[in-house]
Amino acid sequence: MSTRTIQGQKNLQNINQASKDGIGGSPLRPDGNLKVKGEFAYSSDMWHEDMLWGMALRSPHPRANILSVDISEALKVPGVYAVLTHEDIPGSKYYGLEIQDQPALAIDKVRYHGEAIALVAADHPETARRAVKKIKVEYEVLTPIVTEEQCLDPETHGYVHEPHEYKSHGYGNICHEQKLVSGLGVTDEVRALADVIVSGDYEVGMQDQAFLGPESGLAVPAEDGGIDLYIATQWLHVDRQQMAPVLDLPEEKVRLTLAGVGGAFGGREDLSMQIHACLLAQHTGKPVKIVYSRDESFFGHVHRHPAKMHYEHGATRDGKLVFADCRIVLDGGAYASASPAVVGNAASLGHGPYVIPNVKMHAIALYSNNPSCGAMRGFGAVQAAFGYETQMDRLAAALGMDPVELRQLNAMAEGDFMPTGQQIDSPAPVAELLQRVKDMPLPPPLDTEHLDVRQIPGALSNTSHGEGIVRGVGYSVGIKNVGFSEGFDDYSTARVRLEVIGGEPVAMVHTAMAEVGQGGVTVHAQIARTELGVEQVTIHPANTEVGSAGSTSASRQTYMTGGAVKLAAEAVKRALIEKGRRRYGWTHHDITLVGGKVVSESAGPLVSMVDLLGDEAIDLTREHHHRPTVPFDKETGQGFGHVQYTFCANRAVVDVDVELGLVKVVELTAVQDVGKALNPLSVVGQIQGGCTQALGLAVMEEIIVRDGKVRNASFTDYLIPTILDTPPIPVEILELPDPHAPYGLRGVGEAPTVSATPSIVAAIRNATGLALNRIPVRPEHLTTERPGEL
Amino acid sequence: MEFLRPATWDEALAAKAEYPTALPISGGTDVMVEMNFDVHRPSAILDLNRITELTEWTNDGSVVRLGASVPYARIIDELSGPLPGLALAAHTVGSPQIRNRGGVGGNLGGASPAGDAHPALLAAGRDVFVEAASVRGTRMIPIDEFYVGVKRNSLAADELIRAVHIPVADGPQQFSKIGTRNAMVIAVCAFGFALHPKNGTVGTGIGSAAPTPRRAVEAEEYLQGVLAERGLWESGDLLGAEVIQKFGELVKAAASPIDDVRGTADYRRHSLAVMARRTLTWCWNDYSKQIRSAA
Ligand SMILES: Cc1cc2nc3c(=O)[nH]c(=O)nc-3n(C[C@H](O)[C@H](O)[C@H](O)COP(=O)(O)OP(=O)(O)OC[C@H]3O[C@@H](n4cnc5c(N)ncnc54)[C@H](O)[C@@H]3O)c2cc1C
Repeated sequence: MSTRTIQGQKNLQNINQASKDGIGGSPLRPDGNLKVKGEFAYSSDMWHEDMLWGMALRSPHPRANILSVDISEALKVPGVYAVLTHEDIPGSKYYGLEIQDQPALAIDKVRYHGEAIALVAADHPETARRAVKKIKVEYEVLTPIVTEEQCLDPETHGYVHEPHEYKSHGYGNICHEQKLVSGLGVTDEVRALADVIVSGDYEVGMQDQAFLGPESGLAVPAEDGGIDLYIATQWLHVDRQQMAPVLDLPEEKVRLTLAGVGGAFGGREDLSMQIHACLLAQHTGKPVKIVYSRDESFFGHVHRHPAKMHYEHGATRDGKLVFADCRIVLDGGAYASASPAVVGNAASLGHGPYVIPNVKMHAIALYSNNPSCGAMRGFGAVQAAFGYETQMDRLAAALGMDPVELRQLNAMAEGDFMPTGQQIDSPAPVAELLQRVKDMPLPPPLDTEHLDVRQIPGALSNTSHGEGIVRGVGYSVGIKNVGFSEGFDDYSTARVRLEVIGGEPVAMVHTAMAEVGQGGVTVHAQIARTELGVEQVTIHPANTEVGSAGSTSASRQTYMTGGAVKLAAEAVKRALIEKGRRRYGWTHHDITLVGGKVVSESAGPLVSMVDLLGDEAIDLTREHHHRPTVPFDKETGQGFGHVQYTFCANRAVVDVDVELGLVKVVELTAVQDVGKALNPLSVVGQIQGGCTQALGLAVMEEIIVRDGKVRNASFTDYLIPTILDTPPIPVEILELPDPHAPYGLRGVGEAPTVSATPSIVAAIRNATGLALNRIPVRPEHLTTERPGEL
Repeated sequence: MEFLRPATWDEALAAKAEYPTALPISGGTDVMVEMNFDVHRPSAILDLNRITELTEWTNDGSVVRLGASVPYARIIDELSGPLPGLALAAHTVGSPQIRNRGGVGGNLGGASPAGDAHPALLAAGRDVFVEAASVRGTRMIPIDEFYVGVKRNSLAADELIRAVHIPVADGPQQFSKIGTRNAMVIAVCAFGFALHPKNGTVGTGIGSAAPTPRRAVEAEEYLQGVLAERGLWESGDLLGAEVIQKFGELVKAAASPIDDVRGTADYRRHSLAVMARRTLTWCWNDYSKQIRSAA
């Protein structure tokens, strides 16, 4: 770009430092030091000469008809360049990840608290804010449809989307539905086969991704009539695919470059300000930047689906599971977002990593006037795990069995079948993970002689000098799929270029992978080093000049884009060796690339890459597709629906002040099979991060919604764990290769988020004797609930 | 927006008299957050940070005069001897960054029912005064008359807080606060307690469980009565479970909390009773140890 801009040119510089670390090593992340020092350029730090600031007017009502929008006063504010409503949208007015049911700006009605209605571009954010306040909207406020009962009775309470508007396969206010039956299903005859039956109703609150970098981006209109968007997202190409029709531009004229991402966790899988910034840039012909404030961020992205679940499990006297029945109701909120996939995961993974001969399942996502819910780390599987793991503890108690032994007795292993009929065709060491987590040494008991207030629940606020504190221990295990499922071909593309720069062979890796903090760029460099035998690797900024890398979600990027980098690097390697064969007539069959040289394992070094390459660059692009899957049958849920499974087991040790209901997690142990740890340090970081986010869901994180309105859109009242809430997290890693995956690796990021929450709640139950059927567990639940049956 | 930066206290008072709607800013840990959230759009801001005397304190042996802007971190480091209750409360405020900036003047200025200094100030006794000044002169506002409504105090539009006068502790003091996480948390509710053996009184302060911070008057009177009737100030003997229990119940009864996103009214009542029992027990144990070692 010719004009002065700030876009984070430094963010990737440290990766260019030469390293010997290939896969299996733990080179440090390039962004680590920059982030700690405050030098990393996030998307919100971008700047462009002459840029305007965009801002949205949002609905204060969860459900209302818009009678009129008067923008005239806003337009008169000096410094305002544009005020837009849906009428100004040049192309299609709707977008959506899977179902295009969401208007880019509200049309005649609003369906959730915070829905964007109009946009302002001004020369200063304060000017934009003032102008937004001058837009006059006349609403006819309607009673929001917010409870399951209201949603399922549209005759009485109305429709969130009119039936004729439906773009999904849903009906009523149901956005998506998945049933599943296996074995004999669950009938009275099947129930009669069980000696013991336990059932329960469970509830999961609405968790937020709570990433620290608010939604932001910079849209720059280009001379060719297109747009360049610098954006913090999880998937550049799917953003573009949704944006182009609305902007009425061909996809190639919508060019996206990844800007510094401040966390994602699923919350950037949907569009937020992308279309808005581009519409304003198109309209004004000027660069437009949008940065959400913290409260706007809570309205600007989807959340984790709150869930209500009913589970029933039957087992024989000796603990063998006979059947499991489950109904899961997920509140998807106003728009579909990723609801169909969330339902698919909940239905197919909702019985956990257990062999159960007879299964029934019914999972639905509702349309409601609550905030939209979509992707968040472990989606569908997280909610269900709280249900089935609580059931396992209940069943163990009813049978008088050890809860870990009960799980091990029913644990699935390689060769077993999922309730979907899919055979597990790679290691599934569920029983072993449980054994290992149980065998890890326990932390010492609370030292009441030398109390350290930081170790006691609440004691930094001086609530206890040791009184009322009871220790509890809980276990859990979980299952998550890796990659996109149900027939989706979420391929990844990678371009690898090998050339001589400054007398050294240098590999360049170019993908559209969104580095959201997971360490993908570090792993890409490691893969290139391993495959090409070079030390110098540069990472090209991620953009849409190269093919799609799919989403940074579903624990898939190392598997999918890492796999693509491997394929492209292997192709470059073959091309280089072929070049050598042509030039030198080699006939060896054992040629490889090591230490900047072409080497025959038997004959030794053949030639340096520098000499072989000369001035020429080898530049190849490859796509990586995972093995195909199929959609689940709508009625039976049967089908080879998932690419790969991943498992994690946890043990939580908690101290609870049982009088005050305050909890301190003392230790949270994790054992996970990762197939192959490409970067062990990053793997441990992912597992610890996943456990911490699970801890948040267990004891504090919830968006509180009353009558469709969000009540705690701030970090004052939406609490995430601080360092003092985060215990030591010992991690043990197993590496049992998956023969279907590159390097045998297994996606890492989500499994601990699925499994850790139930272990913490189990530990609190163990300490208190309470039932605790709802998460997050709040202090008042621990002081007012009657001891439950365990 | 005007930005006023007086260099002296007199200039500050003059500025406040001229611009009564000017919003004072000290540590800014409330003001800046609220402006960021667009809660305030003050016509003017009155920056008190150049007035160094506001960051000073003095102790004449019986009363500490605490400058309005002395940050919490310094209260913890320098005043935990004479003001143990306030220092404990200061400990629970926010994070190190907040404790380096925020102070009691700002807590009083905001007068949030959740402010952590308030229960400790109330418990420190009826002789705690807010020194409020204006071009018209200086007023010593008793702490019991300072809080008048949700986030409202009894300052006049032209007044600023110069200092808080707090008696030096003559007995044990405690402060407890409930939060839904283990650090960096706004109080769900809080309780301050102090023994004042010199005049045979006890002090209490309830936070986040009523429209304003308030004292549990009946609980104080009950306990004072028991201590006097049974000669416990002199003997330092055990209080007994019944007294502790009753005290907790009376503290609970003094609260009028609501349900909100931070917690339920029931939980607030319940936890106040627990905190009251615990803080009383801790203070009394310390006190009787002192009596016994003196005997
Ligand atoms: C992350 C975070 C965590 C926090 N945690 C806590 C907590 O745990 N407990 C707690 O109690 N508070 C907490 N707070 C709130 C805040 O830090 C405290 O209320 C603090 O005491 C405010 O002091 P300040 O000097 O920063 O006040 P400022 O923000 O400068 O001012 C606050 C109010 O007082 C007025 N004011 C300031 N000085 C004077 C004066 N001399 N005369 C008259 N009016 C004046 C201002 O006009 C304003 O209304 C937190 C804030 C943040 C941002």
